Amino acid sequence: MKHALAALFLFVATAATAAPAPGTLKDPVLEARARALQRELRCMVCQGESVDDSNAAFAADLRALIRARIAAGQSDDEIKDFLVSRYGDFILMRPPFSVNTYALWLTPFAVLIFATGVATWVVIRASRASRNEA
Amino acid sequence: MTGEIGQLALSLALALSLLQAMTGLAGARAGNELARHTATISALGTFVFVVLAFGALTYASIVSDFSILNVAQNSHTLKPMLYKVTGVWGNHEGSMLLWVLVLAIYTAAIAFARRGGERITSAALGVQGLLAAAFLVFILFTSNPFLRLDPMPFEGAGLNPLLQDLGLAVHPPMLYTGYVGLSAAFAYAAAALITGERDWARAARPFMLAAWIALTLGIALGSWWAYYELGWGGFWFWDPVENASLMPWLIATALLHSALATERTGAFRSWTLLLAITGFSLSLIGTFLVRSGVLSSVHAFANDPTRGLYILALIIGAIGGALGLYAWRAPGREQGTAFDIASKETALLLNNVFLAAAAATVFVGTLYPLLLDAATGERISVGPPYFALTFAPIFFALLLLVPFGPRLGWKRGDWISTYKALLPAIGIAIVAAIAVLALTTPRTLAGAAAFAVAAWLIAASVIDLRKRQTITTSAVASALGHAGLAVTLIGIAGTTLWRSEALEVLGPGESMYVGTYELRLDSVVGARGPNYDAARANITVLSGGRAIAVMHPEKRLFPAEGQDTTETAIRTTIVSDLYLALGDRRDNTQWVVRAYVNPLAPFIWLGGLVMALGGFAALFGRLRLPRTSPTAAPQPAE
Repeated sequence: MKHALAALFLFVATAATAAPAPGTLKDPVLEARARALQRELRCMVCQGESVDDSNAAFAADLRALIRARIAAGQSDDEIKDFLVSRYGDFILMRPPFSVNTYALWLTPFAVLIFATGVATWVVIRASRASRNEA
Repeated sequence: MTGEIGQLALSLALALSLLQAMTGLAGARAGNELARHTATISALGTFVFVVLAFGALTYASIVSDFSILNVAQNSHTLKPMLYKVTGVWGNHEGSMLLWVLVLAIYTAAIAFARRGGERITSAALGVQGLLAAAFLVFILFTSNPFLRLDPMPFEGAGLNPLLQDLGLAVHPPMLYTGYVGLSAAFAYAAAALITGERDWARAARPFMLAAWIALTLGIALGSWWAYYELGWGGFWFWDPVENASLMPWLIATALLHSALATERTGAFRSWTLLLAITGFSLSLIGTFLVRSGVLSSVHAFANDPTRGLYILALIIGAIGGALGLYAWRAPGREQGTAFDIASKETALLLNNVFLAAAAATVFVGTLYPLLLDAATGERISVGPPYFALTFAPIFFALLLLVPFGPRLGWKRGDWISTYKALLPAIGIAIVAAIAVLALTTPRTLAGAAAFAVAAWLIAASVIDLRKRQTITTSAVASALGHAGLAVTLIGIAGTTLWRSEALEVLGPGESMYVGTYELRLDSVVGARGPNYDAARANITVLSGGRAIAVMHPEKRLFPAEGQDTTETAIRTTIVSDLYLALGDRRDNTQWVVRAYVNPLAPFIWLGGLVMALGGFAALFGRLRLPRTSPTAAPQPAE
């Protein structure tokens, strides 16, 4: 069985022109849009991979769907809205800014501001002490 | 027999680690010499028995002793010898045993080195003993690698083929050396709180450095593995498992910097203690995330909730205990230290502000989806776009400030002379930005900014070394560490901004184009490995119509495990990678071929290596090399 499989891999070279890549759009601008959109979407059946970098059938289907809708003239937001209505926010690699995610989006900057504040206080106190010493 | 020896060794190690914990903590009192000796001897005993247990499991794996459940589930007679050895930690039970082995090695090192004096060493051994006991209980009762299987199967189930790879074989021990090494910093911090010893940071420094070096290399190795093994040319996915290793790295980096100030001038004493506790806490949380099955990924071989609960309890105990100790003993030890606004202390403080914010970002981004799901049942994804908008600007701001630190003096620095010294670096950065804008397509501001910052860091590192009368190893360490960041930044920018890629379905004899290369698929043939069958492509690379190489990306099928992997083919010139991956077969004779040109990709990992070299310089050096040329300006730094 293994050998039969291996035998199937053997090929005779034939001259032919390259087939079009699986479902890319002809217009490079539209194709670039499709690629950008793919990176923003999660492959729902994978482990943390985006639609752009997954081998799974789900990702392939979604890549085809995105291209069909872009070709039909839909905007990125329309396509995203459609996918969110179907799969929920989970499909978005960039979580939306909503009640559920205020804390998620604001924590990094809140920590930065708070830490800067504390550091400023420490430095001011230390420099005052330093001036008193001098 | 092997299983019984391992089981017995683990049980004895548990008993000895408990003894070590009790006597070590008792020995923290002055004059308690008997307890201290007992703690030292039991620490060495724990080490011996953990090594014995690990050796037993390794032996069982090498001889394919399938009467041991763990070996039967994760090994196979046809597996190459290398992966029989490294496969020991390619599963949950074995990797936890590796965790304890690394812990025991650090503990033995603490016992031998006796840095910082008898009392603090004893208390640190006590804390390490508690940690070892907690993990040994975990192993013996929920993750025993020596459970028997009856009847013994004829053949093992094999190891996940993704893990049958040299890079990934070395990655876990390296990462654990980092994770677990932070336990030494944690133990010394706790010991300092117990004994009231002030000079603990100096005692713990070699352990912190060893941990940091190993974490740096471990993360770089993991990223390199993802690059060449997963077949998409990506090197960092912001996967929770990657984040779990990045968080302790960020805090360990902050700790190394903060501890510098604490050692030198006694500044930030309690903050440094808190960082030491936080760093190891994040290691524990990382272990929990990876091992509990909370995140399902390649790494989470464990999906048993009792294990998750136990590790969670362990984390809460360790972190809660340490923070409780901190709250009880730390206040009042901070004397108001005095330094000017323009001083190394301020620079180190800013370093800590940005690193702490960066670590908090990764923490929130990793745990928020889990918490939201638990609290509301709603699921969200926090992917690369989130970190690009939060982590990236915070880290970029940090990089802008990095060059000032080494130039500023302790206590009283001088803005003007620092600025003057760094002026040429600013010039070089501007030139780099203009060159990037002029020479590259597509023209991107991000690329110009990245190269400007990288040039700024490297030039400032060189200037710092040139301006010194005596080059100390610590100056070399900081120059290498900071320049390494720049090298990695160049690699990241090059790969993400100027990558070319192509995806085609090719039949034999057909060509595709990527970058300046023509790739001709000559044939795809069957090939056999020791434990896999492969489809192996012969692809001729042509440049300007001339054949320059033949590359062989493969697709491998592992029949024992029933999984397949992509084996990429990478041709590197250091400044650029040509990267080929073989995809699925279409219509019998046609294959999907993915090709990328990744400019500067190797710099990503080279940078990690340079950073690690900086760590080694700091670790091994207290040598002073006198400079021959007397060009140096008056010393602002050191």
